[in-house]
Amino acid sequence: MNPIESLSEKEIGLGWHPKRVLLILLMVSSTMIFASLTSGFIVRRDEGNWREFDLPSILAFNTIVIALSSVALQWAYMSAKKDEIGRVKLGLALALGLGLVFLVGQWLCWGALVDGRTFFGGMDANVSGSFVYVLMGMHAFHLLAGLVFLAVVLRRTFNYQVHSRALLSIGNASILWHFLGALWLYLYLFLLLNH
Amino acid sequence: MSDMSAKPNLSAGVQTAGGIGTAPASHTEHGEHAHHDEHEHHEQHWLWKYVFSQDHKVIGKQFLITGIFWAIIGGTLSSLFRLQLGWPEGTMEWLTPVLGKWIEGGKLNPEFYLALVTMHGTIMVFFVLTAGLSGTFSNFLIPLQVGARDMASGFMNMLSYWFFFLSSIIMFMSLFLETGPAASGWTIYPPLSALPQAIPGSGMGMTMWLVSMAFFIVSQLLGGVNYVTTVINLRTRGMSMSKLPLTIWAFFLTAILGILSFPVLFSAVLLLVFDRSFGTSFFLSDIYIAGQALPNQGGSPVLFQHLFWFLGHPEVYIVIMPAMGMVSEVLATNARKPIFGYRAMIGSLIGISLLSFVVWAHHMFVTGMNPFLGSVFMFLTLIIAVPSGVKVFNWLATLWRGNIRFTTAMMFSIGFVSLFISGGLTGIILGNATLDIQMHNTYFVVAHFHLVMGSAAFFGLFAGVYHWFPKMFGRMMDEKLGYVHFWLTFAGVYLVFLPMHYVGIAGFPRRYYAWTGFDSFSQFADLNKFISTAAIFAFFAQFIFIFNFFYSIWRGRRATENPWNSNTLEWTTPVVPGHGNWPGEIPAVYRWPYDYSKPGAEADFIPQNVPYSQTQSSNLPYEQELAD
Repeated sequence: MNPIESLSEKEIGLGWHPKRVLLILLMVSSTMIFASLTSGFIVRRDEGNWREFDLPSILAFNTIVIALSSVALQWAYMSAKKDEIGRVKLGLALALGLGLVFLVGQWLCWGALVDGRTFFGGMDANVSGSFVYVLMGMHAFHLLAGLVFLAVVLRRTFNYQVHSRALLSIGNASILWHFLGALWLYLYLFLLLNH
Repeated sequence: MSDMSAKPNLSAGVQTAGGIGTAPASHTEHGEHAHHDEHEHHEQHWLWKYVFSQDHKVIGKQFLITGIFWAIIGGTLSSLFRLQLGWPEGTMEWLTPVLGKWIEGGKLNPEFYLALVTMHGTIMVFFVLTAGLSGTFSNFLIPLQVGARDMASGFMNMLSYWFFFLSSIIMFMSLFLETGPAASGWTIYPPLSALPQAIPGSGMGMTMWLVSMAFFIVSQLLGGVNYVTTVINLRTRGMSMSKLPLTIWAFFLTAILGILSFPVLFSAVLLLVFDRSFGTSFFLSDIYIAGQALPNQGGSPVLFQHLFWFLGHPEVYIVIMPAMGMVSEVLATNARKPIFGYRAMIGSLIGISLLSFVVWAHHMFVTGMNPFLGSVFMFLTLIIAVPSGVKVFNWLATLWRGNIRFTTAMMFSIGFVSLFISGGLTGIILGNATLDIQMHNTYFVVAHFHLVMGSAAFFGLFAGVYHWFPKMFGRMMDEKLGYVHFWLTFAGVYLVFLPMHYVGIAGFPRRYYAWTGFDSFSQFADLNKFISTAAIFAFFAQFIFIFNFFYSIWRGRRATENPWNSNTLEWTTPVVPGHGNWPGEIPAVYRWPYDYSKPGAEADFIPQNVPYSQTQSSNLPYEQELAD
């Protein structure tokens, strides 16, 4: 938005700040990527020649980690509303740390998949396995963007730019982070039901 | 007239027609409004002002110029393959200095022929009619017509252009590869596109195509989310959704289509890259090359077609809807009549947008799909004729008994309606599964989509350029040259694509390098010569436009603020608006954009920013209530 422009002279849109609308629209397009990949998964599975595979148990642990990370961020957001800046910093740092733990966990999961002879590509690979790597990889890629966003908000918190009257950045960060968590939950359930 | 266009809210003094868009705005002019516009307090470095600019108008022009560049390339490629089709016996030796080893023994190399049709399609659909059309006009017009200083995020908007630029560079470089550019058709169906060893054009050319398209998709998404957010959030006071010009409705819905469909192409491209370079088998199965079986098992090439056409079909509406919006605007302005059925026009745009997502498999009737599924897609496809028909009848009704001014933009808009009807009717034929199975992959299909989507969208693009050129560059394009350009193009397009229908009905397949091996097609030798002559002729007619465009940027007649006596907000800005668009306050909006020839009004147009209290003589009873 142009700096000399103010929202007060505008028609009321959806009641959200333009930056939030931008974020939501980008999340919509991400959703379309995963919708197309998972529907491709189903279409492809129904055509046969589909190898079943076992999901490593570490995924359950990862799912709990990402859920806790979302809780921590929500707590940070609530604390920002009440101007408890110390808790905001703690919550953000926790969310960030747990996000990193999740990524490491996903990496370990790929190792476990390879040990179980589920490969991404090559002679021994089957499309079913390839899909798992693509889905998890795309999600991890999105999560990296989310982590960068969290780090930026954490930095802003240290600069006193996040408080009860400046909730936009932390609000957007938590919308994105909850979205990524929910996306993982969807992918996890999808793989549980369809492996 | 001029007192009507004088804006009640614009306190700033009159600005003289100040140079062309790219000329530095005079300093004194900014001195007056410096308190409004901190941004331009200091002279910006030219690099930030014209190259890495965040001003939506500059970005729009960047898209336009890049689009023109690509259109010349795309047109040249089509002339080359039309030479081959029209004169299969002739020699093309004289092209050796340009094409080098692609000319073999006086003939076009068949592999290169495939690359030519592939790149022609890719360039025209994505780089010209998506980026060049909606990139230009969504950028240029959305903030100006909704009354905003700029896009929701100028930075993302700038990124959108530079991702497009990067994608363009990669696609352009691929033209010069030793193995040639991508050659598996613009729809890049696997397995041909998925096996680098299959044909020369499936190698590095295809890789660069995929990388280029990935950047292109990023560019489209960054642009699209910006357009939608700007329309939702940054409309000026009074500009409710039901007072938006139809251009904005069209750009808005186009952007939504892009946000929902381009990610799906991204998925398809991603999986194809994995298949090509990482040994996966998403789209590959049971393939033998030169007697050797490939290890890939279990892939489904039809899955790719589903993913591709889930983008591919909305994409044709991404191409045509901005043109529809601009044509509606130009027709109403130059017929001096309100657009007929404003709400029906919005409704039909929404209808087309919704339907565009549930018809993709009509491109796949011959993939062996379940006939019942085929009939569902056929039914949904034929329903699109309803909103399309609504639009056509509304355009015709807008013209009916109008006080028509035949500006160049108006000519192109009427031409658009004509092409949309002629090409749309054959869409109804092709939408029927039974007929499509016969016509599939013939020149009938080529003729259909070149009329309804290719040429019609080009006509919308031309209408837009001729109409908004004064706002872009502060000068007028030459009208006489415009007429010559219009008539040559209009005649040329019909001369090229009408005969193609006959060739197609006879079963002439598209993408074939030579038809001389088939006796049944020898009777079409003359017709093919005719089509090729007309196509090359029409292509060269476009240079009249290009001359007119660049000549007028520097030498055209100076424009006034509102040369077409139009109602929309962009004409309330100075002749060449600076960054921030309005030197003073942004005008508020009181009425819809189509108050042309309103009974009782002093002039034959009432701009959107004129309140009802100033137009007592023409107010309808409910408007009078608003005025009191």
